[in-house]
Amino acid sequence: MEQRPSALLRIAAPLKSLVQRFMYLGLIAAAFGLMLLGKVDAVLVDRVRAEVTDAVAPILEAFSRPVATVSEGIQNFQELRVIRDENAKLKQENARLMQWQTVARKLQSENVALHQLLGVVHDKSAKYVTARVIAGSAGALSNMLIVNSGKYDGVRKGQAVISDRGIIGRISEVSNRSARVLLLTDINSRVPVLIESNRTRAIMAGGNTARTKLIHLPPGARVTPSDRIITSGHGGAFPSGLPVGVVASVSDGGIEVQLFTDFSRLEYVRIADFGLTGLVDMSVQKPTSKSKGGGKSVKK
Amino acid sequence: MSIAVWQKLDYMARSFTPFGLSLLLVILSVVPTHIPGYAQIAPILALVSIYHWAIYRPNLLPLFSVFILGLLQDLLTGTPVGLYILVFLTVYGIVLSQRRFFAGKSFTVYWIGFAVVSLVASVESWVLASAWNLALIDFNAVTFQYLLSLGVFPIVAWIFLRWQQAFLQQD
Repeated sequence: MEQRPSALLRIAAPLKSLVQRFMYLGLIAAAFGLMLLGKVDAVLVDRVRAEVTDAVAPILEAFSRPVATVSEGIQNFQELRVIRDENAKLKQENARLMQWQTVARKLQSENVALHQLLGVVHDKSAKYVTARVIAGSAGALSNMLIVNSGKYDGVRKGQAVISDRGIIGRISEVSNRSARVLLLTDINSRVPVLIESNRTRAIMAGGNTARTKLIHLPPGARVTPSDRIITSGHGGAFPSGLPVGVVASVSDGGIEVQLFTDFSRLEYVRIADFGLTGLVDMSVQKPTSKSKGGGKSVKK
Repeated sequence: MSIAVWQKLDYMARSFTPFGLSLLLVILSVVPTHIPGYAQIAPILALVSIYHWAIYRPNLLPLFSVFILGLLQDLLTGTPVGLYILVFLTVYGIVLSQRRFFAGKSFTVYWIGFAVVSLVASVESWVLASAWNLALIDFNAVTFQYLLSLGVFPIVAWIFLRWQQAFLQQD
């Protein structure tokens, strides 16, 4: 049975494809518009991102648990094979650490005594929130984690995020029940650091690669591989002395830092509230409240 | 009446699956796998989905849903909003314009087609991200991500083909 297309259909078909083509171009234009909006009004986009993340968080949480269990099982199995070697290594390390412990005890008591003698003002002790990592992406385009605690748990933008090995990043967006962590490796991450041995200041910059780079070193600074890097506390966003990583290589291309934490293995992180307002909140603060404080944030 | 209604509901549920599966892949792509080094080069799974459905059932994955998938991918993975929307729309557009070419071709051709299309997607995402950050992004990770996507493709595509044979045969 053959049907000849009616006149209406003959007009409708090209019209439909025309409309679709316009819609396609329109959506592409909309995508470009969204990209521009992200540049112009980053706060708005961040808020939308936080809300969407919050909405998807329960699903992510449901998925992340079995995945974590399976990977833990695999890891246990792998560790079972090397358990003897591991044991010998740990015994050696334990002996060495015992020596260190006596040294540390002695230094600690000495330190306390000297602090009392000099009347040193102590940093505020931190409050911690422990959160589960429910999503993450570390790659060429973005480096972030999503954790399952948010405003309700006292998490605020700019707080330091710490693993058992050292600092891993800072909170970049918060919603009610979830928060987003900007990892140190992200291209937008800049952290003031110190080289521990000679107290040289530098800025550690991420580049969406596994290793980060040290930039803005003072002229004549001496850096050698295996130097430890710690946070400097400059800028007031992070406290000083948090371990970051070690210098992996020094070359003409720059100084590369190997971070202490392996982001792919993270399951739980601690979000530390050091009571620091820092530079991060400056843009949000109203100028009136700053002038009342005499230009300084005197929060004690 | 009930049979007609159930049939309609059944049909609607089946028709929703291409979008639903794509959505699932977008969400799965950010679930932490705890495999060392994997996160650096994790493939963009939703790309496979969009490629597949654009060839076989574009009417079940309309333009608008591609936009939504891209938006969600951007919002979840933390890339600049708009980046993956553009990448997904490009892939969708290319595939749709070349759809006739893929009709009745073998799996190898289907795979090679994906290799070409996702190469365009990778380069596009690299260019867009570099332009956004005003800095050249490391190209190696993008390359490995591309290669891994090619490797993962047959598995995901096979699941989709089976799904399509099982549930979306009637049209």
